Amino acid sequence: MNETCFSRRDFLKCAGALGVLPLSTIEIAFADPQKNFTFAYISDSHIQQIRGTEFVRNWDRGLIRAVAETNLLDPKPDFVMFGGDLAQLGKKEELDHGGEILSGLKYELHCVLGEHDYYLDLGEYWSKLYGPHYYSWDHKGVHFITLNSILTYDKWIHGPWPNDMQRMVEMAGLDNPNGSPFLVGEKQRTWLQKDLEKVGKDTPVVIFSHSPIQKIYKGWNFWTEDADEIQAMLKDYKDVTVVYGHVHQIQYNQIGNISFNAVMATAWPWPYPQSYAQAESHLPKLTIPMNRADPFFERDATGWQLIDLSNGRVAMRYNLYNNTNRTVAYNPATRQPEDKMYQSSAAQIAPQIHF
Amino acid sequence: MREKAVKTMCLMLFAGIVACAHVEAESVGSQVNFESVALMNGERPQGDSTLLGLPPVPYPENNPQTPEKIALGEKLFLDSRFSTTKEVSCSTCHLPEKAFTDSPLKVSEGIKKLTGTRNSPTVLNAAYATTLFLDGRSPTLEDQALHPFVNPVEMGLKDHQPILDIVRTDPDYVSAFKTVFGKSGDAVTMTEVTQAIASFERTKVAGDSPFDRWFYGGEEDALTDAQKRGYNLFVSEGRCVSCHLIEQTQALFTDNRFHNIGVGINQIQKDVPVIAGEFLKAEATASEVDVKVLSDKRTSELGRFAVSRGFDDLGSFRTPTLRNIAVTAPYMHDGSLKTLREVVVHYNNGGVTNEGDPVNDFLSGGIRPLNLSDKQVDDLVAFLEALTSPEFAQAVKSR
Repeated sequence: MNETCFSRRDFLKCAGALGVLPLSTIEIAFADPQKNFTFAYISDSHIQQIRGTEFVRNWDRGLIRAVAETNLLDPKPDFVMFGGDLAQLGKKEELDHGGEILSGLKYELHCVLGEHDYYLDLGEYWSKLYGPHYYSWDHKGVHFITLNSILTYDKWIHGPWPNDMQRMVEMAGLDNPNGSPFLVGEKQRTWLQKDLEKVGKDTPVVIFSHSPIQKIYKGWNFWTEDADEIQAMLKDYKDVTVVYGHVHQIQYNQIGNISFNAVMATAWPWPYPQSYAQAESHLPKLTIPMNRADPFFERDATGWQLIDLSNGRVAMRYNLYNNTNRTVAYNPATRQPEDKMYQSSAAQIAPQIHF
Repeated sequence: MREKAVKTMCLMLFAGIVACAHVEAESVGSQVNFESVALMNGERPQGDSTLLGLPPVPYPENNPQTPEKIALGEKLFLDSRFSTTKEVSCSTCHLPEKAFTDSPLKVSEGIKKLTGTRNSPTVLNAAYATTLFLDGRSPTLEDQALHPFVNPVEMGLKDHQPILDIVRTDPDYVSAFKTVFGKSGDAVTMTEVTQAIASFERTKVAGDSPFDRWFYGGEEDALTDAQKRGYNLFVSEGRCVSCHLIEQTQALFTDNRFHNIGVGINQIQKDVPVIAGEFLKAEATASEVDVKVLSDKRTSELGRFAVSRGFDDLGSFRTPTLRNIAVTAPYMHDGSLKTLREVVVHYNNGGVTNEGDPVNDFLSGGIRPLNLSDKQVDDLVAFLEALTSPEFAQAVKSR
């Protein structure tokens, strides 16, 4: 448990990092306390209607629990982000049901649009609930930008689909070869360029997107086709962080000046095995099923995060059920995000190879 | 040396029989604890029982068992002079004839009939527990024994001095502590007192139930058909075995973990932010926590959270053993369920006692509706009734 503390502001977190997330997580220990704040991040709830008023219980419970726990945070976070894929198939019923659960949050809420929210009616009903698909705002000296990164080529969107639901279903499959790579698109890139013109190069910039604004794996659409162009627009800024959902797992990366951090889902983890069902599981089918820690506990390998933004860079505290909580924070010395416990290969736990 | 070799061979043979006798064991194959298999093949520690279904009892290096120490521990366990009223002993809430609980009380009664917040957990097989108390706030039997003496709703002492005064002067104790620890006068401290109590408790192991004779002993007719069907449900659709472990060589029926199963916490759900917040602000010491959770029902319902302060532990309690459960009604950490059937129905409803009541926001991810039929519920109850050790069979009949 001998963690290295990256900076003074991490001291208290290190001191208390016993794998639990106390209500009083963040004490401010930085020079200018006015600029320190936290926000919570909940993502990928995939609320799924079975029929009528019946929804998949597992996904409901994930979002309900994240909302209930977020409400316990003290000091209170300044706001909550929802990272996209509130619904499974973009249905009005699903967005309404998910919206009702999210309405339990006691904080200001900002939302990111996910492909599961979008491809039925191209984000129309979502907009009624949560407003524009992309937007920016300033908070305590940080410039926040929310992008709609799950667009794709017009040709595909208006493609040969017999109906809107077919289009939705094709995009909902993670490894579906009939899908299409995600795209921010020219219109939004022009908007972004203009938005950034007002922002000083020393101002910390935090971008929220659903898909990663980096190219990880095209086969699963862990991908944004015009990621390179967006990264280029951000290269002159001192502190840039991209926080994305979609991948349902902890990922972090550094490309030049830009830090990338992924968030957990509240619904299910990627990857997962299809074992221990005993009842219809409603887990999406994946061509290559993979390992998961403990499928008995439906919340296992899901979670939500508390993000500390006290020096313009994020420290992600992952609240993980049935697991040791993790913190991935930017390390100014190495200039990259690092896991505070498992960064060194000696500290890493070997994958399970037998059952 | 020779004796050891023979012993080891017998044990291996025994393990072999188990493996062959029951194909059903394969259905819980993923639960095999390799560590315990390795232990089985090693030398068994002194004083260990050879009861079917139990692993060797683990002993701390600094507290080896001796017959004299066990006898001293039993004397201390039964002595009611260690309470303010001289009426309450360890055995008041852990009655040997009630499988070391105080059944049928919902929650335990200490001095002056003061009640705590929790249902008395059994001492039986506590020797195997990795944490003690229902929220695991104590790491060892030795440490655990310290607390009830000085809890205001249990034995009520201000500190441990009155106990030391007695054991340092009472001639029987003076001679026993001298024999067991070679100590007398001020050299006798609570360390020796609790070591003796813990040694006694480590002898209170229970196995050899009809289930053990069937599963590990290969006695085909040790269980009824309903009990066998109940076993099959226990390890499959009932989802019981994931927390109440049955392994290939032993069954302690606990994972030693903590789970929110939807009991108690619902009563404070809307106040959790306030109660949890106040609790954390108080920054209580371990002994203050001990007092608080047993004297304030609302704080008690925070469960393991009061110890770990982790969100994941809100409203969660340690998985108890199921051995001899037919003797120890009522059930759950607060004694809120009267019968085993009510318990099974609670799980069948997905962690909800009365169908239609709200599901707790912090419910463990392992708990979900099971859709078992009434007959399946009956079969599971029948199986739970097959976990009674022979020494408590009479207690069931007299209920």
